[in-house]
Amino acid sequence: MDLALIWFVVIALLWLGYLFLEGFDFGVGMLLPVLGRDDTDRRVMINTIGPVWDGNEVWVIVAVGATFAAFPDWYASLLSAAYLPLLLVLLGLIGRGVAFEYRGKVDSDRWRRTWDRVIVVGSWVPALGVGLLLTTTFLGLPLDEGGQRVGSAFAAFTPESALGALAIAGFALTHGAVFTALKTDGPIRHRARALALRLGPLALLPLGGLLVVVQWESGELWTWAAAGLVFAAASVAFSRLRAGREGQAFAALGAVIALSVAALFGALYPDVLPSTLNPAWSLTVEGAASSPYTLEVMSWVALFGTPAVLAYQGWTYWVFRRRVSAAHIPPVHVP
Amino acid sequence: MDVLDLARWQFGITTVYHFLMVPLTIGLSILVAGMQTAWVRTGDEKYLRMTKFWGKLLLVNFAMGVVTGIVQEFQFGMAWSEYSRFVGDVFGAPLAMEGLVAFFVESTFLGLWIFGWDRLPKRVHLACVWAFSLATVASAYFILAANSWMQHPVGVAMVDGKPVLTSIWAVLTNNTALAAIPHTIAGTFAVAGSFLVGIAAWHLWRKRREDDADRPVWRASVKFGGWVSAAAFAALAVTGDLQGKLMFEQQPMKMAAAEALCHTESPAAFSVFAVGDVTRPDCENVKSITVPALLSFLAHNDFTTEVRGIEDLVVEYRERYGEFYPVDERLGELSGQPIDYVPNLPVTYWGFRLMIGFGALGTGISVLVLWLTRRGRIPESRWFPRLALAGIATPFLGNSFGWIFTEMGRQPFVVVPNPSGVDGVWMFTARAVSGLTTGEVWTSLIGLTLVYAVLAAVEVFLIARYVRGGVAGVMPRKKSDKPDDTLAFAY
Ligand code: HDD
Ligand code: HEM
Ligand code: HEM
Repeated sequence: MDLALIWFVVIALLWLGYLFLEGFDFGVGMLLPVLGRDDTDRRVMINTIGPVWDGNEVWVIVAVGATFAAFPDWYASLLSAAYLPLLLVLLGLIGRGVAFEYRGKVDSDRWRRTWDRVIVVGSWVPALGVGLLLTTTFLGLPLDEGGQRVGSAFAAFTPESALGALAIAGFALTHGAVFTALKTDGPIRHRARALALRLGPLALLPLGGLLVVVQWESGELWTWAAAGLVFAAASVAFSRLRAGREGQAFAALGAVIALSVAALFGALYPDVLPSTLNPAWSLTVEGAASSPYTLEVMSWVALFGTPAVLAYQGWTYWVFRRRVSAAHIPPVHVP
Repeated sequence: MDVLDLARWQFGITTVYHFLMVPLTIGLSILVAGMQTAWVRTGDEKYLRMTKFWGKLLLVNFAMGVVTGIVQEFQFGMAWSEYSRFVGDVFGAPLAMEGLVAFFVESTFLGLWIFGWDRLPKRVHLACVWAFSLATVASAYFILAANSWMQHPVGVAMVDGKPVLTSIWAVLTNNTALAAIPHTIAGTFAVAGSFLVGIAAWHLWRKRREDDADRPVWRASVKFGGWVSAAAFAALAVTGDLQGKLMFEQQPMKMAAAEALCHTESPAAFSVFAVGDVTRPDCENVKSITVPALLSFLAHNDFTTEVRGIEDLVVEYRERYGEFYPVDERLGELSGQPIDYVPNLPVTYWGFRLMIGFGALGTGISVLVLWLTRRGRIPESRWFPRLALAGIATPFLGNSFGWIFTEMGRQPFVVVPNPSGVDGVWMFTARAVSGLTTGEVWTSLIGLTLVYAVLAAVEVFLIARYVRGGVAGVMPRKKSDKPDDTLAFAY
């Protein structure tokens, strides 16, 4: 098989890893004030993702880094053309990362409230921004033949990309609520489950909308089918959740995002970033790819690296598999 | 200012800032891993207390290293997209490897280390801190290999006007990288050593008249840090000398700029300190204290070698790389203008001296503190803690000036031509920048700078608090012997 296509698939998989993993920790952050009624609750929530959120975040770093290595033109055009939305994503991620680490380091309500706000904003904004960015790559930008953006700094802000932003944020919200139900115990678990059931179907609607819009634009038979299965997976998720099987519901949401990524990237192929001005100027898998030698080198690295990553990240989840509840939270201890 | 200037300021600010956190993370993580190893080996409670105390400061700093690093990863595409298009075939690979091989290990094993204190067997837990700290070194290796390729491109062929990778091995074993990596890692130990010495000496002094249960912790830290600091400086001098020799072959203009050496000299003298205006490449009005023939030694290990000056080099560069920028609207004001091959001389000249000077000062202070506290002594003077604390800042400054010198010394190139490499593999910084509006880059420059400034204040505030809190601040005493189900190290 041809290496450029393999790398296109690898990058789709890296985004899948990112959306699945950071999806739930974005969701936990987004729901912090909703599900966390008091400080102990909020600490319970943060500690469910405490050992893993940074490892989850690395998925986006590698997705973007691999794009640079395998498709430099895609990396260059997308990141420069969507400059302002990306800036917002970065500012959000900056705030969120330090907020997790710093919120418990001073014993003051004001301090904690401030960082809680940073966590909430820092989870919403990157979730929305990543959705916008991906939608931009699925639906295209006004690019000239050199891959440069024609048009204003706000070219990436369109109704469709707004829909895509809501799609990813809505997924993260649902995924985070189910994850909280899965990883906590006590009243917060029940609140999380109730919220996921009540809000989830609504929150996943934009994802359905995005799938339809993208399939309409460039779908093929199998990607339409994958998009159709997303709806099936989503209904399984909610019915398992209703039955109290949080683990199965969580896995079904994994299927939702996996099928969505397949449907969306599948429809994008053979482009990687369409030009809305002239199809001949679109960046394609073949045209934007690095040389065969570079792709080969990267393939070897990925072949050995990825299983190792999956193994030790999986082990982390195993080590911290226990549910967290208010009883596990130690008293605040700061100097 | 145009997009180019703004993007350069932004890259400079964000990278220098990132590299304030980076050396402390790398150096301290290895020292902490060493402390924990000592504890596991000896069972001595003192080492556990050291691990917990310094480990906490490490975490406060690490968070900032991570979030500022993400900006760096995206910035090549956002602000330097023409650069990314040109070098992507070569430059993306080490960056992606850094993520896959280093960052995943770093972030995952740090999580295991923080939250695994009471969950993992002692030795497994120890292995986690080692995995984390060695991964920080691995990340330094890959990113420095990428950076060294910009200083000295190797392992490529020119195909359709772009460098194409022909040997990843050549990129990963670039002699520029093999010299820069130990130099940079030694720089991280200089930072971590002074950090230990400064803070521990202050604690010793503060409780000099009381009975301090943690005095052994502070004593061991001063000793450990002091020796690390001294060894680091020795390593910096040796590796820096190697880098100087490579620079002489690979980037003669940077060498001349480091010395503000206008006229070719043989043998060449090393300027220790200059009075007057080094801005002008003709060197009028500059009086400088020199050590005869030392520059020849730095460049080529003998006392006779000719070192070429700026005037001669400019002539040669014009011949090889052109006299004028092409006429191209993307180049803005530079379109069709003469190319200025002389880097910013005051910055390179003083940057080089301040790198060495601050590094030496930091180590000097560490060694002095080590001597003043020998055999159980604690000085009474109020100057002692001030000096020790001030010593913490100096290696940070040395590192920053080292980078500023290295990066500004390669201007006007972003990819410096390799004199013995493939023709055409070089790029002017002016061509590297994205086609953005000034509004966009102003927004990000201001936004990032403001956020960074606020976060710097927060980090310093938190570190100061934890420093003042001492070991008790990070190690609550167990209240009872009841089996305790709470998380040991919760957020
Ligand atoms: C010599 C070492 C060195 C240098 C020159 C750089 N970094 Fe760095 N970087 C590190 C050493 C490091 C580190 C020690 O590995 C950090 C610091 C704190 C940390 O968490 O990891 C890190 C963090 C870090 C992260 C976050 C990783 C995570 O989430 O765990 C990213 C994405 C980058 N860096 C990317 C870059 C880029 C694109 C650079 C080039 C401009 C760069 N770094 C310069
Ligand atoms: C972390 C340590 C580093 C520091 C402190 C640093 C510092 C700087 C500074 C001060 C500039 C501005 C120079 C100027 O505009 O005249 C710059 C530019 C740049 N550096 Fe570095 N740098 C570091 C590492 C790196 C690495 C590891 C890379 C690549 C892998 C890199 C790539 C660049 C690029 C692409 C530019 C922009 C072009 C330019 O303005 O020269 N830097 N850096
Ligand atoms: C006798 C002492 C030293 C010598 C001879 C020396 C020499 C050099 C040289 C020649 C370079 C430039 C490499 C290039 O651009 O090609 C450099 C870079 C650098 N130096 Fe030093 N240096 C010394 C001490 C220090 C100290 C004390 C520190 C920090 C505390 C330091 C930190 C750095 C850093 C961070 C860089 C940029 C990264 C790199 O290129 O390795 N150096 N040094």
